[in-house]
Amino acid sequence: MKMSKIDITIGITGLNNTDNPGPGVPVIRGIKESEVFNPRIIGLAYENLEPGVYMEGLLDKTYLIPYPSEGTEVFLERIEYVHSKEKFDLIIPNFDAELFTFMKAAEKLSSLGIHTFLPTLEQYEERNKSNLPEYGRKYGLSVPESIDITSHSDILKFDKDKDFDYPLMVKGKFYDAHIAYNEEQITSNFNKISAKWGLPVILQEFVKGTEVNVVALGDGKGNTIGAVAMRKQYITDKGKAWGGITIDDPKLIEITHKIMRETKWRGGMELELIRTNSNEYYIIEINPRIPAWVYLAVGAGQNLPEALIKLAMGMEIEPYTEYKKGIMFVRYSYDIICDLKKFETLSINGEL
Amino acid sequence: MKTKGNIAISESGFLFDPTTGESFTFNPVGLEIFNYLKEEKSLGEITEIMTEKYDIDANNFERYYYDFTSMLNQYHLLENE
Repeated sequence: MKMSKIDITIGITGLNNTDNPGPGVPVIRGIKESEVFNPRIIGLAYENLEPGVYMEGLLDKTYLIPYPSEGTEVFLERIEYVHSKEKFDLIIPNFDAELFTFMKAAEKLSSLGIHTFLPTLEQYEERNKSNLPEYGRKYGLSVPESIDITSHSDILKFDKDKDFDYPLMVKGKFYDAHIAYNEEQITSNFNKISAKWGLPVILQEFVKGTEVNVVALGDGKGNTIGAVAMRKQYITDKGKAWGGITIDDPKLIEITHKIMRETKWRGGMELELIRTNSNEYYIIEINPRIPAWVYLAVGAGQNLPEALIKLAMGMEIEPYTEYKKGIMFVRYSYDIICDLKKFETLSINGEL
Repeated sequence: MKTKGNIAISESGFLFDPTTGESFTFNPVGLEIFNYLKEEKSLGEITEIMTEKYDIDANNFERYYYDFTSMLNQYHLLENE
């Protein structure tokens, strides 16, 4: 007998399928392919031109929400308002920058009957780019050295003989990474990145090799519910994967299991590593959420967005242990012809 | 010399290394030699086949062979012995 699917209302952010894509749309695609859930998807958009809002058949309803930087109270008020209309079972936040607000509000959301499945504040903080070398030492993982830069005078204090040599990476606390070969390039990248993403800006030792990535899901008890490894085949000027392929790299999966086991990570995670020519692995970033390429994992046999819902709703779950290797994805851009009325309604009423 | 165990190669000469995610294309002669390596044929055996089949002498063939296998090695397509 075929079981009937479970009705569920899910709020999802990260609908910006731009050249720096958010994970919202691929997360929704995974959920819509679920054999278990019959989802009603509520899009939570920060901008009225986020492409996901205009994609046919993707969202059941859209609401504009204020940026978390406008204050937790304003943000939560808006979520409560949407909840009063839509009755969320669950919200899946997909941006690094909003996670902090959602984590702090998790209890409040829970009291309203809204489930989330997020890391703890401690887990979130310790894998921050600024804390990564300490994280590496604590858990016995190879991580490139890095230092925080909060002002121009910090740049002058950087000593290539004492710290680490050029070239190096200049990174924003949430996004953005540029290579720098000298002090002038550090300064110009510092100005650009700090204007956009705030402080600190991180200088990270450059490790030569191939970038490899893992999307994974932890149950908060030390178990890895799923993990898929990928190599970017085509990288945009923003460093985003425009094409990628699943790879069979047991060591990479072993590192992922170790991180999940020792940190008891709760929720989605993206690991970014460099594999050197001598087959050493350096963790260059740990993102505390599902990445925008998660649909590759779904295509390779691990529906991690569906698994995340099961975890959030306290359902029983069987960990994925396998995935298909050599599965590729290629992104594309596509012009959607939109009715001006949609744009107008969202802009004026804040909902669509 | 042994080729890496988990790599897949198609009849068209398209090779995919699932560990690294890299793919390569061989020309027909490259594909033929690669398949001999996969069958764990020795250099002597491969040289005999190739010199019989193609208009090339053993010395010249060996030169090309080492050139080819060093390239395979560089791309980590051979097992480290």
